[in-house]
Amino acid sequence: MSAHQLAFLVLGVLILVSALMVVTVRNLVHAALFLILCFAGVAGLYVLLQAEFLAVAQVLIYIGAITVLILFGIMLTRKITGGAQPPLASHWKAAGAGAGAFLLLLLYVAMTGQWQVSDQPPMDSTTTLGLALVTRYVLPFELASVVLLAALVGAVLLARDETR
Amino acid sequence: MEIPLSWYLILAAILFAVGVYGALARRNAIAILMSIELMLNAVNINLVAFARYVTPRELTGQIFAIFIMMLAAAEAAVGLGLVLTVYRNLRHIQVDEINLLRS
Repeated sequence: MSAHQLAFLVLGVLILVSALMVVTVRNLVHAALFLILCFAGVAGLYVLLQAEFLAVAQVLIYIGAITVLILFGIMLTRKITGGAQPPLASHWKAAGAGAGAFLLLLLYVAMTGQWQVSDQPPMDSTTTLGLALVTRYVLPFELASVVLLAALVGAVLLARDETR
Repeated sequence: MEIPLSWYLILAAILFAVGVYGALARRNAIAILMSIELMLNAVNINLVAFARYVTPRELTGQIFAIFIMMLAAAEAAVGLGLVLTVYRNLRHIQVDEINLLRS
């Protein structure tokens, strides 16, 4: 087993264990911290896949922004008296069965699919992405700014206290 | 190319299924948002793996992954805005007890 494969297995176990903790652990703050661990593992996978730009973006956006946002959300909505309520809904067995069936389908496709793996060396990630985003994908790139603006305005509008 | 492409696909499939389970089974709306982020990450792993293994000269999958990250940020912001609004009106965010539309 090579070093790459060993790194993949370590990262994979880290990602899956922390993801399972995110969906099962009772304390939401702990779940958010495990989510950070999971995102960090995914950033490691991006490094293994030679996608350096995405690895840095993952750390900046997911770990830096989204989990902090989620932690703020937990902080603002946590009941001070609660805590005794079960974290899982009563239909969690059905949910597990559905997710398991879906997993079997995905695994079937992943194992039996014939992908045309190219043996060319990969391009430099950051240069290629930068060029592609301002040439071929310039319209989606500009639309992304509109989406972000709409989300910003929408989030402010939703969270605003109208009684004041 | 020491790692087969299918390893990434299997890992992403398991991560996605964990996210699906969390989104269906958790009661807290913020926990459901976290599960959705897990699913988006699984999709991103798939896209980046395909970009590396199938189209290493164009890296189209990485472009897709960037847009998914952008949409995930927007989704988290709007989703938390919704959760805060629900919390302000109902004083809880347990999704199986939110039945305002039930007659």
